[in-house]
Parts: sequence; structure tokens; C-alpha cells
Amino acid sequence: MGIFDRLKQGLTKTRKTFQDTVATLVHRRSIDAELYDELEEKLLAADIGFDTTTALLERMKKEARRQSFQTADQLIPVLKEAMDEILTAQDHAMHTAAQGPTVILVVGVNGVGKTTTIGKLAHRYTLEGKRVMIAAGDTFRAAAIEQLAVWAERANVPLVRQAIGSDAAAVIFDAVQSARARQVDVLLCDTAGRLQNKSHLMDELRKIVRIMKREIPDAPHEVLLVVDATTGQNALSQAAMFKEVADVTGVILTKLDGTAKGGVILPISRELNLPIKWIGIGEQIDDLQPFMASSFSEALFSPQES
Amino acid sequence: MFESLSGRLQTAFSKLRGKGRLSETDVNDAMREIRRALLEADVNHVVAKKFVDAVKERAIGQDILQSLTAGQQVVSIVNDELTRLLGETQAKLERSAKPPTVVMMVGLQGAGKTTATAKLGRFLATSEHRRPLLVAADIYRPAAIDQLVALGQQIGVSVWAPGATLAPVEIVRTALDEARRGGYDYVLIDTAGRLHIDDVLMNELEQLQQLSDPEEILLVVDAMTGQDAVTVAQSFHEALGITGVVLTKMDGDTRGGAALSVRHVTGCPIKFVGTGERPDALEPFYPDRMASRILGMGDVLTLIEKAQAHFDEDQAKILEQKMRNNDFTLEDFLSQLQQVKKMGPLDQLMGMIPGLGGALKHLPQGGVDEKPLKRIEAIILSMSPEERVKPELVEKSSSRRVRIAKGSGTQVKDVNQLLRQFGEMRKMMKQFSAMGKGGKRSMAGLKNRLGAPRMPFGGGRGKRSR
Ligand SMILES: Nc1nc2c(ncn2[C@@H]2O[C@H](COP(=O)(O)OP(=O)(O)O)[C@@H](O)[C@H]2O)c(=O)[nH]1
Ligand SMILES: [Mg+2]
Repeated sequence: MGIFDRLKQGLTKTRKTFQDTVATLVHRRSIDAELYDELEEKLLAADIGFDTTTALLERMKKEARRQSFQTADQLIPVLKEAMDEILTAQDHAMHTAAQGPTVILVVGVNGVGKTTTIGKLAHRYTLEGKRVMIAAGDTFRAAAIEQLAVWAERANVPLVRQAIGSDAAAVIFDAVQSARARQVDVLLCDTAGRLQNKSHLMDELRKIVRIMKREIPDAPHEVLLVVDATTGQNALSQAAMFKEVADVTGVILTKLDGTAKGGVILPISRELNLPIKWIGIGEQIDDLQPFMASSFSEALFSPQES
Repeated sequence: MFESLSGRLQTAFSKLRGKGRLSETDVNDAMREIRRALLEADVNHVVAKKFVDAVKERAIGQDILQSLTAGQQVVSIVNDELTRLLGETQAKLERSAKPPTVVMMVGLQGAGKTTATAKLGRFLATSEHRRPLLVAADIYRPAAIDQLVALGQQIGVSVWAPGATLAPVEIVRTALDEARRGGYDYVLIDTAGRLHIDDVLMNELEQLQQLSDPEEILLVVDAMTGQDAVTVAQSFHEALGITGVVLTKMDGDTRGGAALSVRHVTGCPIKFVGTGERPDALEPFYPDRMASRILGMGDVLTLIEKAQAHFDEDQAKILEQKMRNNDFTLEDFLSQLQQVKKMGPLDQLMGMIPGLGGALKHLPQGGVDEKPLKRIEAIILSMSPEERVKPELVEKSSSRRVRIAKGSGTQVKDVNQLLRQFGEMRKMMKQFSAMGKGGKRSMAGLKNRLGAPRMPFGGGRGKRSR
């Protein structure tokens, strides 16, 4: 299956539910207050959030007035364009080190899919011919290291680990040393899940970043925040806090193979200027795709073939 | 990140005040604020709509919207309704007449099932003095079995873990045998996380259910879940007939509106909440606290009740008039202080004040230091009635300040500080009343002022605690 098919497949449900409802909604209708109310509901149902939804509606209303729209389906291109604008405002490319290992730090709250995503990324970079190494920075959760070890084995890359309970920053330090010594291209660092309001855990993350920088001044080259597509508006608070503490450079949206629409990436992108870089669409090692803003909103609106 | 509902309603209603009758639009505006608060808390939009309609009906029925305290009363109705909908306090597991009692833990990937299983095991073993057997039936996620085994060891509870080569059905079958043989009275099955639309895996759960005839099927739901909570809960409920909910990761800063959604579509009680990563971080569910949390305020209902018991409406009116005319004096300040004191310990009260809920988390263990309050009281009591009404007299005369300091057993700098703070407070009130006459600008000004939480009676805030 080609990349694009997979992406489409991953987004099928997202698209179907959203597009079905939006398409049927605007079909043969005139533009009135009731229509906007219903559109509002659809947008809210996708976890886009109150403020961004309101902004999108305002935009539609304005254009409808300006261009004297007659029927509701004329609103859809406006909506799509507005979403595109939000999602393409940032640079989605992955940064790499000019020389030496590219260090990628993966962060997020508990259970969002950090470890799994690291396995997928390792696999992907390996396929691209890169030398990859993984660091087991979750030294807290029971069997987190074993879980990552399984992924390292699946992706066939080395894992730097210490015993459970050891200092996460120390593991990362080791890994950076070792990555340099072994001339690794990409070092993927797992971290323990942490809720963004726990200051001591966020301090630990700060320390990890500090250690990285001490060893490689421009590291980490990417700090990726993993967000579960099922998450509601709290994802905004997650993004804000992790950005503040660890200078997040991008978001990975996981679990898009479910029925959640992941619309919270719109306010994340709009309010916090964070690009979405990857999407997770399943539990298999190749269930990861680069995020393409245009495909994402395209997939939300384009006619459905399956 | 979000403004509290009560704050918004107060703004909405203060704009309306003095308009005589409220129009339909006015009421709708207020309802829109409620809806917005619910949506920002991730309550499902359909549930939010139904809820708002119910509140509106009640508010109109009770004819409270014309009253001076309409904002507060609406908040209290909302809080009431929400608490009622969230159901009873529940921290019990059903027990089967014929042991062992089987409990199945189900839910999406990453919801926190394994941790919740261990927590329940610990709870049963330590608080209920039961013998639970934990069953590692997640053969899919790498090291999920290891995780449960490690947790079992940590809490000293047995784990049945024949490995990932056996099918979940076989694992559960052998676990039931083991439980009967070993005289265990609870069997807690940790199942793999799965999507509710994954037919194959949902079917596996149904098989496990048929085989083990569980007394409880607990849906484990991440408190941060958004709009999709409804779909997820509905699907699991339709497939299995869940009996209860465990709400996890409540130690985060999520408002947790998913609780209402899940409760609404399943009708099942929320039996426990998870409040941390450690095995002992499991608590009963309190609907009233959850309601306040969803609305982004402290325990407002209790505060309102207390306030109603101690302030009468006439007095409130007089006070408001004084604030408007900017002739709020130290005498009034003193009587307010004394009223507040009657309401109960300060730290408890502060916890109930909207917006302070978050700030309160950072208070030191001992709570709020009430000493500064007593000092303020003493200082005001040492002033003459004239001085209390005209604090400028004290400001201008150092001999008066020395006298008052002596009389109150404080220092001149304390007296100065009080006067300065009182001055600031009056400025703030002026803005409050300007706000009452409408105007966004003054609201912004007020917010800036309140930005750094500063109480008119300083002190009492210590270093951050967890
Ligand atoms: N359906 C689905 N499940 C996922 C996805 N990514 C991760 N998961 C699952 O989510 C659960 C938690 O993942 P894990 O990597 O342990 O999360 P972590 O705690 O952030 O490291 C596991 O059961 C994963 O298999 C995804 O894109 N889709
Ligand atoms: Mg992990």
C-alpha cells in the first residue's frame, strides 16, 4: 500500500464522519442562522474548540456577505481555505543537525503514544538508510524500558538503557555520548509521560534538555510533542506548557485511526504556532505518516470514494 | 487558560444590571456563556446543549433572572444540575454471591487500564482486606504483561501472567481456575487497549465476558478525552453493557467534561478516579467537586450557601451602593472582614473562590496564615471612628500612625501597609463599579490588576508545593 493510500485510509473515518455531516449539512440549503448553528456544532464536535470555531464561523459569515453567497455549499471552500491557512502557517519540515547526530526528543502526557511513535520513527529513518539509536528516557513507568526494547528490536536499532528508577538525564547523557561515538545519524529519546501541571516533572524535562545542550549546543534538533487525537481542549494546555518548558518544535498527532477527529490541532496551530509534523494511524510499525496540512483538510472535504 | 464560568456570568449579568427587565436575548447571552464553559471543559456538544436548555427552563421557571444576584443564582443552578447529573458518590465494587467476583477493565489504548487495575487491586487488598488476583490479558502491547507483573510485585498482589503466547480467552480461563483453586475473592482482568471500532478486538472482549461472567465491567476513560468520549462510551456500552467508569489522570489540569458525557450516554456511575501514577492514587468520585471543576471554579455552591447564610441581601445592596459611590470605608472593610471570618477558615474559603482554586494548589501545607488578618483587625480597631471613615487623616499624620501602631501592638510600617492596600482596593472597586456600567476596557484593567494574585491583606502565600 502506498503512502498516500495509507494516509487516506488512516483519515477515512475522520473524513467520512466529518465530511458526511458537513456535506449533507450544506446540501441544497440557504444560508441562515440555523445553518451556522449547525456548522458550529460540527466544528465543535471535531474538538476544534470554541474560539477557533467562532473564528472560522466569522470568516465564513464575512465571505458570505462580501461575495453575496446564495447557497450554503459555497461556504465550504471558504472553510477549507481558512483551515488550510491555519495548518500551513508553520514550517513542517524536520530539522536536522548540520553535522553529528540529530537529536529528537519525544515528550507528552501519559499514554499518548510516545514510545510507540519512537518505534515507528526508528523504523522509518532506518528505511531511509540512516543509522538510528534509541534512548530509554522513561525510567519511571513499570516495564517502559522493556516496551521500548521490543520496539528497538522490531526496528532493529540499538537501545541505550539503564535500570528502572535511574536518572533520566543520565540515560540521555549516555545516549548522546554513545551516539556520537558510534556516528549515529538520528538519536530518538523517549521520555516518561508527565502531566504538564506537575512542576517537578517538568523540571526534570528541563534538565534533560539542558544536558543535551551541554553536549551538543544546538540539540535537541527537534522536540516533538505527542498528542492523542482523542484529547479535547486540554491538549492546548499541554502544548502551551511543554512549549514553554522544552521549546517544542512540532506535534505528532496519534490515534487518528479511531473516530476522534483530532481537530484540537487547529487551535494548537493557531494559538501556539506549532506545526503538526506526523500523524499516527495505528499500532503497527509503519502506521506513521508525515502530516500534510493540505492533505489533512483536503481529506476532510474532498469527495469520498470508498 | 480559561476564564471561569462564574467570572463570565458575573460580567454578563453586571452588564445587564439596572436594565429593568431582562430580555430574551439577555437570557440567551447568559446561556451561551454556560454552553461555552461546558464546551471548553470538553463536555460533548449535544450533552451541553441539552444541559443548557434544562438550566434555562429552571432559571426562567424560578423567576430569578430579575434578582440582584441573578448571576450567582444561575451559577448555583448550573452547579446543582451538573452535580445531580454526575450522580452519586461511588467507591464500591459489586460483589458476586459466588466468589470470585470478576471485574473486567476495558477501554481505549493509553487510557490507563493497567495502572487502574493495579490500583484497584491495591485498594481491595489494603482497604477492603480482600485477596484479588490480577490477570494480564493484554498480549498485544509490548511489555504490557511485564508492566502488570511489576506493579503486582510493587503492591504485593498476585498476578496471573501465563504470557503472550496464550490467547486472552485462555489466559482468563486459566485465571478463573487459579482463582478458585487459590481462594481469591476478586479477579481483575487487565484487557488490551482497543478502538471501539475494531470489530475483531471488540468481539474478543465479548468472548471474555461470556467466559468470565463479570460482576463489573469498568470502562477506563482518560479525563482529558474530548468530544469523542460519547462515541467511545456508547460503543463499549452497547457491546458489553459496562457497569461503571474509572476516570483517570484527574491529577492533571483538565476540566474533565468527558465525565459528564460518559455518564450521560451510559448512565453508569463513575466509581473511582485516578489521581496520580502511583498505585495508591485512587479516590472515590465526588460529583460536587467534579461539577465545580467542569465549570472552572472552586466549590462555589458551598461558598454561595455560606455567603447566603451570613450576608443578607439588604446589606449586600448597601455595600454595593457604597462601592459604586466610592465611599467604602475602613469601617466597612472591618465589618466585611468580620463577616468573612464568621464563614470559616480562610484557606477553605479561598479554595471556594472562583479562580483562586488553581492558585490555592501552591499554598504551603499549613494553609493560609490568618495572622495578617488579625493584625489588620487590630489596626482598624485602634483607629477612631473618624479615622476609619477618612483614612487620609492617618495618612497625613505620623503621630496618628504611631498612636495606632502602639494601640494595636503593631508597627508603623504595618499601618502604612494597610493604608496602601486599602487605597489599592478602593481603586479596584472603582473599576468594578465602572465595569458594572459596561465597558470592556475597565475589565481589562481589572484583570491586569488581579493578574498577580494579591490579596488586600497581604502575606500567607508561601512557596509552591506540589
Ligand atoms: N490505535 C492506535 N493506538 C496507538 C497509536 N499510537 C499508540 N497507540 C497505543 O497507545 C497505547 C499507549 O502507547 P504508548 O506508546 O505506550 O504511550 P506512551 O505512554 O506515551 O509512551 C499503546 O497501547 C499503543 O499501542 C495510534 O496511532 N493508533
Ligand atoms: Mg512510554
